[in-house]
Amino acid sequence: MTEYSMDCNELVELVTAYLDDALDSDTRSRFDTHLLECDGCENYLQQFRETVRTVGRIGDDEIDPAFRKRLLDAFKDFR
Amino acid sequence: MIAAVDETGLVAALRAGDQTAFAQLVDRHTPSMLRVARGYVPSHEIAEEVVQETWIALLKGIDKFEGRSSLRTWLFSVLINIAKARGSRERRDADAAIAAYTAGTVDPARFRGADDRYPGHWRPTDVPAAFPDTPEGAVLGDELVDVARRELDNLPQRQRIVVALRDMLGFESAEVCELLDISTANQRVLLHRGRAAVRQVLEDYLAEVGS
Repeated sequence: MTEYSMDCNELVELVTAYLDDALDSDTRSRFDTHLLECDGCENYLQQFRETVRTVGRIGDDEIDPAFRKRLLDAFKDFR
Repeated sequence: MIAAVDETGLVAALRAGDQTAFAQLVDRHTPSMLRVARGYVPSHEIAEEVVQETWIALLKGIDKFEGRSSLRTWLFSVLINIAKARGSRERRDADAAIAAYTAGTVDPARFRGADDRYPGHWRPTDVPAAFPDTPEGAVLGDELVDVARRELDNLPQRQRIVVALRDMLGFESAEVCELLDISTANQRVLLHRGRAAVRQVLEDYLAEVGS
């Protein structure tokens, strides 16, 4: 299989494993080789990284003040 | 992953009944806890009850907390246990269901067919374009974050929980597997499917605003 090059539709399913450094070395080298010659997949990987970064920026929503008060009251009651 | 921080001071403050310390911890973790809890239970109200029970469990348990895991990991593992017990949507065969699901995460129509010279490669009209740089504070960046948040909330339950834990909260793969009691492979499938769905809506949104 080492000579077998990777297709785009195969690469897109391996991106998370790639980013987690969880591909075996043969698959990883086919992935890297494919990236060198395919702008579309390089862009796909960039999109995926941006997606992860964007999700990481989903800030915390505001807590409903009434709920927050309930939690803090629970603390007072407890102590 | 957030580096291991010394939480002895915080733990001591909680044990001493320091309300400010508790309030800060509540403000920091409650929104994410609600998001994760909501993945297990059918309503926002029940998710709030689960979160409240979790905080009470923290208060009850803080004297015995030994710091073997971070306070945050401990908090989420308690949360998930309570949420699971309250959840009606949990399926025992979920792991098998994940493994059996093999459809692609990108629309197959974007790739060339078997009769093409380059089967499985991007069709010329469907080649992905790089997402634009969105520096902190850029309007487009904030819009994309909103689009991502809406999609995250729409994801199937388990994908949503895994994506939130990994990408919003920065838990490591191994921690997520342990918290959710799922295999590494299934954790990755859920994460990949969830991320791919968010990527797709971001791409659609950018195509719309760019056109």
